[in-house]
Amino acid sequence: MQTFAVVTPGLDLQSSFLDLLDGFGVSQGLAHLLWLPLPMLTVLVSAVVGVLVNVWLERKISAAVQQRIGPEYAGALGILQPMADGLKLLFKEDIIPAKADGLLFTLGPVLVLVPVILSWLVVPFGQNLLISNVGVGVFLWIALSSIQPIGLLMSGYSSNNKYSLLGGLRAAAQSISYEIPLALSVLAIVMMSNSLSTVDIVNQQAGAGIFSWNIWRQPVGFVIFWICVLAECERLPFDLPEAEEELVAGYQTEYAGMKFALFYLGSYINLVLSALLVSVLYLGGWGFPIPVEWLAGLLGQSVDAPLVQVITGSLGIVMTVLKAYLLVFFAILLRWTVPRVRIDQLLDLGWKFLLPVALVNLLVTAALKLAFPGAFGG
Amino acid sequence: MTIASTTELICFLVLSVTLVAGSLGVVLLPNIVYSAFLLGGVFLSVAGLYLLLNASFVAAAQVLVYVGAVNVLILFAIMLVNKKETMAAIPGLLLRRVLSGAVCAGLFALLLRASFTTDWALPGPTPVGEEATIRIGEHLFSDYLLPFELASVLLLMAMIGAIVLARRDVFSSDVITGEPVDQGLIEKARTPLLLEKPALEKTS
Repeated sequence: MQTFAVVTPGLDLQSSFLDLLDGFGVSQGLAHLLWLPLPMLTVLVSAVVGVLVNVWLERKISAAVQQRIGPEYAGALGILQPMADGLKLLFKEDIIPAKADGLLFTLGPVLVLVPVILSWLVVPFGQNLLISNVGVGVFLWIALSSIQPIGLLMSGYSSNNKYSLLGGLRAAAQSISYEIPLALSVLAIVMMSNSLSTVDIVNQQAGAGIFSWNIWRQPVGFVIFWICVLAECERLPFDLPEAEEELVAGYQTEYAGMKFALFYLGSYINLVLSALLVSVLYLGGWGFPIPVEWLAGLLGQSVDAPLVQVITGSLGIVMTVLKAYLLVFFAILLRWTVPRVRIDQLLDLGWKFLLPVALVNLLVTAALKLAFPGAFGG
Repeated sequence: MTIASTTELICFLVLSVTLVAGSLGVVLLPNIVYSAFLLGGVFLSVAGLYLLLNASFVAAAQVLVYVGAVNVLILFAIMLVNKKETMAAIPGLLLRRVLSGAVCAGLFALLLRASFTTDWALPGPTPVGEEATIRIGEHLFSDYLLPFELASVLLLMAMIGAIVLARRDVFSSDVITGEPVDQGLIEKARTPLLLEKPALEKTS
């Protein structure tokens, strides 16, 4: 079924780790059990570090946009500022309003954060550098991201505050409306690569370096996906759920301390995750703009040599992160330059523009796939 | 017993307990918002059971459709019309509860009997795993094509019905009562807020 025999196995840390433990005489089941938490912890830590980087970038870029300097005293160029922010939130008093529903109030932020972190399961940084290459890949991400509105509704409702409730309802409405064009644009990609798995999607873009990336074959899909992702992350052109001038802070109004920090973390992790997925789906994932195999051949090295594997593996991680942070940069720039849309404009854009365009894009992709099976993945 | 099967057993037990407790809560809790949130939990644990059965596509579809769409819509509806009003006392409430409890118990007994007398094929067919997505697609476009299309027509009918009910202004008289439509409901032609008002005043 799969036709990716040409793809080199690349760096496989899991099998190396299992072989190593096997050498010490540890049973296979136990070795597997010891391996399991390692990638999870790595991803959790890198997600949180990604948020810190993100917060710093947001502060610095917004300052640059507004011709300020931004944080500069906490560490060199203010890079410790996000740490200070995090510590402040950690030590703040955790308040549950007297008339709020304590249980739902606590559960809401958790339900917002957990699906976002779970979605990192399918983000690949290399051929074998992901937690689990599940077959349903991107579909799992779409499904998990649809749990989030429940958490938002829950925190909006339980705060017992009209701004919170309105913010929660808006968040859910926005997230439902933009999920459909999002899924349709992903579907066009899936149709071209014959697989839902993120690894297969990246491999399908690996042939000719930068020229085989999906962005050239799916320019419309790329724009739709990017808009929808920004809407799902509630970034500024679409940050109606927490529109400061209308709703104080939307569903976060009553939150303080660590519970607020969970929302904060969730939104930034979601931003990084979305940027990573854009780079996986449209920008060739861990692929270098020039095919690594070709470069290795030019230098007279075998792709399977251990040193080359380590270099290509690290290059893959660097490329993925680089592409993702380039997109994050654009998202931040957009946030500080573009005004907010109104709720009716938001829903109009989602239902009357993006949805039909996404449907047409899907149809055209299907037609092109039938007409040119070579270029559009037959 | 290997580590894998122990984990599977623990997961199954936890999921089953949350499933049963959650569904009891959905039915029995007096606060409808709690019921709706618990319903989401029930759907999630059903998805977990699908995962245990190696049906990851069905599990993801379950989360997307039931948790992400159905449950969110239910919550939406509840929160939009969440009026705090005291219900009028229903006569013979206790008798009603006993009767419905008896009906449910009867159904439960029937199901129990069916599940004990059925000759389950154990072990079941080998799970297809990742191939399942392809298999489901093949079935949907061959032997299950008619039910699939009928379901989509049904959904379309429901959608049009909802639009008709929600926008009575498209008819000159009300669908249900036959009275002329309340003109206040009809959407006004949009005039941009600031720009055109002086222009309008000049003409009038």
